[in-house]
Amino acid sequence: MSGKPVLHYVSVRGRMEPVKWLLAAAGVEFEERILKTKDDLQKLRTDGCLLFQQVPMVEIDGMKMVQTRAILNYIAGKYNLYGKDLKERALIDMYVGGTDDLMGFLLSFPFLSAEDKVKQCAFVVQKATSRYFPAYEKVLKDHGQDFLVGNRLSWADIHLLEAILMLEEKKSDALSGFPLLQAFKKRISSIPTIKKFLAPGSKRKPISDDKYVETVRRVLRMYYDVKPN
Amino acid sequence: MSEKPRLTYINGRGRMESIRWLLAAAGVEFEEIFLQTREQLLKLGQDGSLMFHQLPLVEIDGMKLVQCRAILSYIAGKYNLYGKDLKERALIDMYVEGISDLMQLILMFPFSPPEAKEKNIATISEKATERYFPVFEKVLKQHGQDFLVGNRFSWADVQLMEAILAVEEKVPSVLSGFPQLQAFKTKMSNMPTIKKFLQPGSPRKPPPDENYVATVMKIFKLD
Repeated sequence: MSGKPVLHYVSVRGRMEPVKWLLAAAGVEFEERILKTKDDLQKLRTDGCLLFQQVPMVEIDGMKMVQTRAILNYIAGKYNLYGKDLKERALIDMYVGGTDDLMGFLLSFPFLSAEDKVKQCAFVVQKATSRYFPAYEKVLKDHGQDFLVGNRLSWADIHLLEAILMLEEKKSDALSGFPLLQAFKKRISSIPTIKKFLAPGSKRKPISDDKYVETVRRVLRMYYDVKPN
Repeated sequence: MSEKPRLTYINGRGRMESIRWLLAAAGVEFEEIFLQTREQLLKLGQDGSLMFHQLPLVEIDGMKLVQCRAILSYIAGKYNLYGKDLKERALIDMYVEGISDLMQLILMFPFSPPEAKEKNIATISEKATERYFPVFEKVLKQHGQDFLVGNRFSWADVQLMEAILAVEEKVPSVLSGFPQLQAFKTKMSNMPTIKKFLQPGSPRKPPPDENYVATVMKIFKLD
């Protein structure tokens, strides 16, 4: 029997958020199990649910999948968001790798001190505007198409939109100087499944606030002594 | 006309070694360019060869690919080392990603200060013997097959072999207690393409030394 995917994670965006974006964009409903105590995590471990004792974990198609990249690859492949052949897949992987690196700089952000948050913010914005956004602007400029790869919607587009919105939360005019990315953002945001995910009441997580920080630290027993880049 | 893939990196393992392993295991000959100055890296960036101004770079089938996972996934797919369907690919991806987390500790090790080295080796040993190796020991024991996924050779086997040897360089007795992995290591070592790669004169790079660290710091200005 095929049920909805079940996502096991903690209450911050963290590493699970791209999975939610991708499922939502594919129009796939899912359930969430939020770990609230370290016993919740321990139970998953002792039940043998976590291959490497870590979350994210997604129950999908009879598998208990771990490792974010593996999970995302599977969903992209299953829902035809991974290009039409090996070469398109390579491009998608390359582009997703970049946005993954960029969003990676923000993973530990909620756990930084107020002062370090300012530093990290500046760092991430600088990387976005000098390294990553120019790369994607160029891709769009070179082929003049609406989507990054193969003239149709793929995982790469969804991931880039997620990265753009995260950056704009840090600097609202992060896209100034990138006209094609601005148009891209509007276009992808208005795709019905994505528009729905961006509307209030969806499963999209708001920016993590301090309320969750201590809980997550306790559950995962990490993020105690985090330094900015 | 099909040309050999061309790998651009520094003359050392780093993030390119897994790619060398996979190409070699697939029996694919390749060329290598070794950067020696930061100027060479910057020039590649200016030429538009590096999408994110970073290495590794692999030129293959008319593409200039960057991002290790993208490169490795492409090679695995092209040379039939990526399973027969989505579900086998999912298993291979999970295994490879897990091993890659372990390899990350090894990658970072040369750059740790002298006073932290002993502690870092202990961490590598602990992660290998408590988190990662038990998983693969169990996988092999449960299905009793020679290879991790689908009863045939895949990227996951290559990556696990690379990791076993890399950890053994730091912790020689790390496989004691893992009889399946010992047998796996022997079998992999005897596969013709891997055997060839493990011999002197192959593209396999030696363990990182001070020279390697200095080159990395100079060229990449780790930022």
